Amino acid sequence: MPYAPSLAEHNPPAHTFFPSSKKDMCVSSGNFLIPCAKKRAMPKRLVIKDLERCVGCGLCMYACARRSAKSPEIGIDRSGILTTSLSGFERGATVIFCRACEEPPCVQVCPTGALTPRRDGGVSYKEELCIGCGNCIRACNIGAIFERSDGKPAVCVHCGYCAKFCPHGVLAFEEVPA
Amino acid sequence: MRARTKVLKIDLSRYKYEAEDRSELFEKWLGGVGVAVQLLREEIDVKADPLGEDNVIVFAIGPFTPAYPLASKTVALFKSPLTGNLGESHAGGRTATSIANAGYGAIVIKGTSKTPVYVVVNNEKVYFRDARGIWGIKSSPTAGRIIAEREKGRGMRTIMRIGGAGDNLVRYACVTTETYRHFGRLGLGAVFGSKKLKALVVIGRGSYKPADAGGYRKVYEKIFRTALESDVMNKYHLLGTPVNVNPLNELGALPTRNLKAVRFERAEEISGEAFAEFNLGRRIGCSHCPIACIHIAVLREPYEGAPYFYKTTMISYDYELIYALGTMLGIGDRDCLLKLIHRAEVYGLDAMSTGVCLAWATEALEKGLISEKETLVKLQFGDHDAYLRAMDFLVDQPNDFYKHLAQGVEKTSDVYGGKEFALAFGGNEMPGYHVGYATHLGYLMGLRHSHLDNAGYSLDQKIEGEMTPREVVDSLVKEEMWRQVLSSLVVCFFARGVYKPETVVEAFKPLGAETSEEKLRELGREIYVEKLKLKMDMGFTLDSLRLPKRIFETETPHGMLKEEFFKEALDYYAHKIKELTG
Repeated sequence: MPYAPSLAEHNPPAHTFFPSSKKDMCVSSGNFLIPCAKKRAMPKRLVIKDLERCVGCGLCMYACARRSAKSPEIGIDRSGILTTSLSGFERGATVIFCRACEEPPCVQVCPTGALTPRRDGGVSYKEELCIGCGNCIRACNIGAIFERSDGKPAVCVHCGYCAKFCPHGVLAFEEVPA
Repeated sequence: MRARTKVLKIDLSRYKYEAEDRSELFEKWLGGVGVAVQLLREEIDVKADPLGEDNVIVFAIGPFTPAYPLASKTVALFKSPLTGNLGESHAGGRTATSIANAGYGAIVIKGTSKTPVYVVVNNEKVYFRDARGIWGIKSSPTAGRIIAEREKGRGMRTIMRIGGAGDNLVRYACVTTETYRHFGRLGLGAVFGSKKLKALVVIGRGSYKPADAGGYRKVYEKIFRTALESDVMNKYHLLGTPVNVNPLNELGALPTRNLKAVRFERAEEISGEAFAEFNLGRRIGCSHCPIACIHIAVLREPYEGAPYFYKTTMISYDYELIYALGTMLGIGDRDCLLKLIHRAEVYGLDAMSTGVCLAWATEALEKGLISEKETLVKLQFGDHDAYLRAMDFLVDQPNDFYKHLAQGVEKTSDVYGGKEFALAFGGNEMPGYHVGYATHLGYLMGLRHSHLDNAGYSLDQKIEGEMTPREVVDSLVKEEMWRQVLSSLVVCFFARGVYKPETVVEAFKPLGAETSEEKLRELGREIYVEKLKLKMDMGFTLDSLRLPKRIFETETPHGMLKEEFFKEALDYYAHKIKELTG
């Protein structure tokens, strides 16, 4: 049987679906806000458990499009995660999403503050501030920010919703060292 | 109904394209085969030459693509160069989701390019690319890789391409998508070749909203859980379709050496269990399907005369390939069989038709109907090297014999004789089951002449006692009618246990459509009739059907078959057709 997580497993607490508020941030050197480590001992993030088990089904992409309970979408326009073959499926498949860099280049080049560091690592995205300049898409070293049809970015905010639908145990939403 | 309802029409003769919203068509006919039949009817001259400019290809997806998992098939309709009649072929891979995400419910290809091209659909735009440098590359994976590296859209696209068999108009050439999935049967690859179309790339990254947000997520989760947690798809999770090899062999229903036998003494060696134990290297899935039924074997071969050099090839295997290139050709060595499967994959040949053609040629050579002057190599059951060379000849067609054999076993036996053991039904080479009356009636009556049209092979395995000819016909037609609904929803037939009628009805609700099991069944009947009428307008008659004598000479699990049963069944079917079509 394939790995089938129960619905309860990896079900993130509701608050992780929303960008963290500014009061959880500490001001650091430069113009960046960085997360305060003291709030929670172990932040939760979307992680890869075993990439070799990826079959390239893309259920994570479609889950990402449904992540908003109020406004789910059918399709991948807003998906912040991408599955692809490794130059052809004979070499298998891989999954690409934000790896929560310590100093996110995408945040550094965002001119409007739409992208800010997220408390638990990774970034928060405020769509209403985004002008769709595309700087973040070009700045991401690993090509993990995607362009939506309206020119704005589709980026993983580590909500963990997709992990519930990964049928083969590739993705998990779990605590990682801060 | 919330679904993709735009139709993109691409004209290769004029290098033009247009898109049009056809909501009314999708409201009435759902999508997939239901819509494709109507679009083909609108666009094609029923008398069109299958390899001429007038042939038309329709690709269609369904209302559940990509709203729900396991609904990622694309239906292709065209005029078949193999049968000269309606051609229909379904493929998985990423094709359906890419077409949906690009914003379309269907894509129509018309005309013929003057020079080799490949076409890229990138959301709302279409680009015609020069393919002169790629034309003639015999390897479908190589052509695919070149295009993949030149084009954008990694992970969001499908690359439907042909290999040497399509370029050279082998009438059973397939179109391959994502390396391992195929529009396999009835020669879509040759239609691509005749249009000078090396590949169709579709890149899609769009979305739309369901009518009922909460309901949509709930139904999605229910379908997802059913697919994973129940055992309705277990067969495909584990060993894959080759799980059938051993049971069919034990049953005495596994066509062997051109159906001279129904048990293969080396079946165990090429069974699903053996492949899984010794060769299975990876499993992959179609887009938006959690099952991952695509089983890929590893073939590790040493280079002769070069110590410590190996080549490692990843080869997708399935039941029908093991039948056609294995038992039918008497190949019981897994590595040899994998080499044959790989050669078919590289050239883009339909493995089933290829195996049946080569099995016929072997027996014809045995019987002296043809000589090595024709076959150029001594074909013998069990000799995989000879078959590898014969596959090269099918693609290169160096003499008249291979020119004929590249047109299928029906046409070849017209010329050289040997009709009685030419295993084709309605002009389409036989699938891998010899279980009983329903099996062969299924091939004959099925509108694609495929075992998947009505699953007669499965009915034969379920029958306890006897069924009358009428009961068999009624049962097959009923099953085929429901399958028109599934292939209009483009639900994978392997997932038919997940998409029961009540689930289908429930799944439509959040998309803003009300229906009922009764309405769906009625629609299935209507689509069946529409397709049958189109087939008849293209020249199909029951009288033109031929039963190969061989099926009466080899025992089935239901005993020796009798011609009278078929006669009675077909008379009744003729009567039924009249009733259905008015």
